[in-house]
Amino acid sequence: MLSHIARRLLQAIPTLWLIATLTFVLLHLAPGGPFDSEKSLSPEARANLEAHYGLDLPLHQQYFVYLKNIIRGDLGPCYTFTGWSVDEIIAQSFPVSLELGALSLLIALGFGIPLGITAALRHGKPTETALMGVAMVGICLPTFVLGPILLLVFSSGLGWFNPLGWSVPGDRVLPSLTLGLFYGAYIARLTRSGMLDTLQNDYIRTARAKGLREGLVVLRHGLRNALYPVVAYLGPAVAGLISGSFIVETIFFIPGLGMFFVNSAFNRDYTLVMGTVLFYAVLIIFFNLLVDLVQMWMNPRTRHD
Amino acid sequence: MTKEKREQAASTAHSLGSDAWERLRNNRMAKIGGLFFTAITLLCLLGPLVIPHSYETTDLAYGAQPPNAVHWFGTDDLGRDVLVRTLIGGRISIGVGFAATLVALIIGVTYGMIAGYRGGRTESLMMRFVDTLYALPFTIIVILLTVLIEGGNIFLIFMAIGAVEWLTMARIVRGQTKALRKLNFIDAARVNGVGYLRILWRHILPNLIGPVIVYTTLTIPAVILLESVISFLGLGVQPPMSSWGTLIHSGSLKIDVYPWQLIFPALFFSLTIFSLNFMGDGLRDALDPKDAQS
Repeated sequence: MLSHIARRLLQAIPTLWLIATLTFVLLHLAPGGPFDSEKSLSPEARANLEAHYGLDLPLHQQYFVYLKNIIRGDLGPCYTFTGWSVDEIIAQSFPVSLELGALSLLIALGFGIPLGITAALRHGKPTETALMGVAMVGICLPTFVLGPILLLVFSSGLGWFNPLGWSVPGDRVLPSLTLGLFYGAYIARLTRSGMLDTLQNDYIRTARAKGLREGLVVLRHGLRNALYPVVAYLGPAVAGLISGSFIVETIFFIPGLGMFFVNSAFNRDYTLVMGTVLFYAVLIIFFNLLVDLVQMWMNPRTRHD
Repeated sequence: MTKEKREQAASTAHSLGSDAWERLRNNRMAKIGGLFFTAITLLCLLGPLVIPHSYETTDLAYGAQPPNAVHWFGTDDLGRDVLVRTLIGGRISIGVGFAATLVALIIGVTYGMIAGYRGGRTESLMMRFVDTLYALPFTIIVILLTVLIEGGNIFLIFMAIGAVEWLTMARIVRGQTKALRKLNFIDAARVNGVGYLRILWRHILPNLIGPVIVYTTLTIPAVILLESVISFLGLGVQPPMSSWGTLIHSGSLKIDVYPWQLIFPALFFSLTIFSLNFMGDGLRDALDPKDAQS
């Protein structure tokens, strides 16, 4: 178990190095520098700025300086928000995104799993068709359509929530729903098919034969295996939540990391873009490892040493 | 039982392509989805030719009007017809969807076939690279690439999307090729002195058709979605050109006052994604029965 974790962590190093290198190369191939938008900049001021940030060094030296810094956990200064480092911006804005993501994931699981179980237990009946129809609609409503529609209905229509911001608890509702419902719909589909597969097993028949209550059969014996594909999906789901947060944070003006990332792409803020991408990569790798461990805990057959 | 057997015998008499076509026609889900998608595409292609409004001529005095007899979907705040703009936006979104999928298809199939057929160290190196890119969500890579591309050139945007979406295709094709490589007819071809490229082209490729078709159909909506996300964030198609993503974005800024500017593009967009996913799921049931449950 421990050696497995260690191996996975070691495997992450070349992946991270490759991603760091790719982002570095891509952004330096890009036309235009970080100071292009300020037209009034005199050549001297520009040269000073570039010297200050080390942009006048030969490219390979910039690369090594960059690699050395990220190993120490220093993602460099931020060009567009002067006086801030990339680390500080991430530390400021990530908790907001984390809260949004966690709430969305809770909504997704809270909606998806009960819906999927219900559909599986009503297999072949109209309830199943109706529930899966709802799930299909949820899958086809992407965040950037759902978000404005929810705003239209619940904010400008009914006036229940603020249209933007992230200050009072009520501000959490619409963004988390927007981000969570798609994954809820997908998880409902996964739970349903997992449950249908599981309920066909012999041990379920045994459990029923020995007179266990149906609820206990489904929840204790069925659910554990039925949820296996759902847990496997959590890895990609978190990656998706991250990209979804770009949109949701833009729609609802939430000062999270996603908004900073999109803005930094607009502004060609090299270090902020690279830092955020690396940060996301670490996050995703870490989360995938976590999902892996949960899977091993759930199904001993996948424990390999 | 006998009827089934007869059907099986009949279907083996067809070529792989016509067999797939036959099964597709018999699948109701795929058929409905396909018909719907064709209808939307035709509407986007032909509609703007018939409707007597331009998508770019502004009429500030007229301004934003709700749907009426002249402008069925209303007009935007510059007095432009929303119906025509939605259809023109659809041309771009669907066009990017197809073009980028083609790019992804070519890269993915070639890459996957070579990795799967070569095997050994080449394969593990090639797939390691795919895994690395996989560690990042597609949206992040495309945003990185759009930072590279200035001016929102749609040609380059769909190249960027295609350059990202091939990863899954490569994985599927590699797995399939690996399985095929061990079969006797490939050995027979090799023993007979058939060349490397010719084996890939004549013997491996035709046997990949099923999964490749299924996955291609599922890639198109994914690509359309990705393009719209990028355009929604303002990093994709730039004005005066518009895709569904940009239309939905500008509509979403004015939902309090002019909700029709959001509703109609969003409706077209969602129906397209819906019908394509429907078609893809139906195809998967028809061509790849082992995944039929999910």
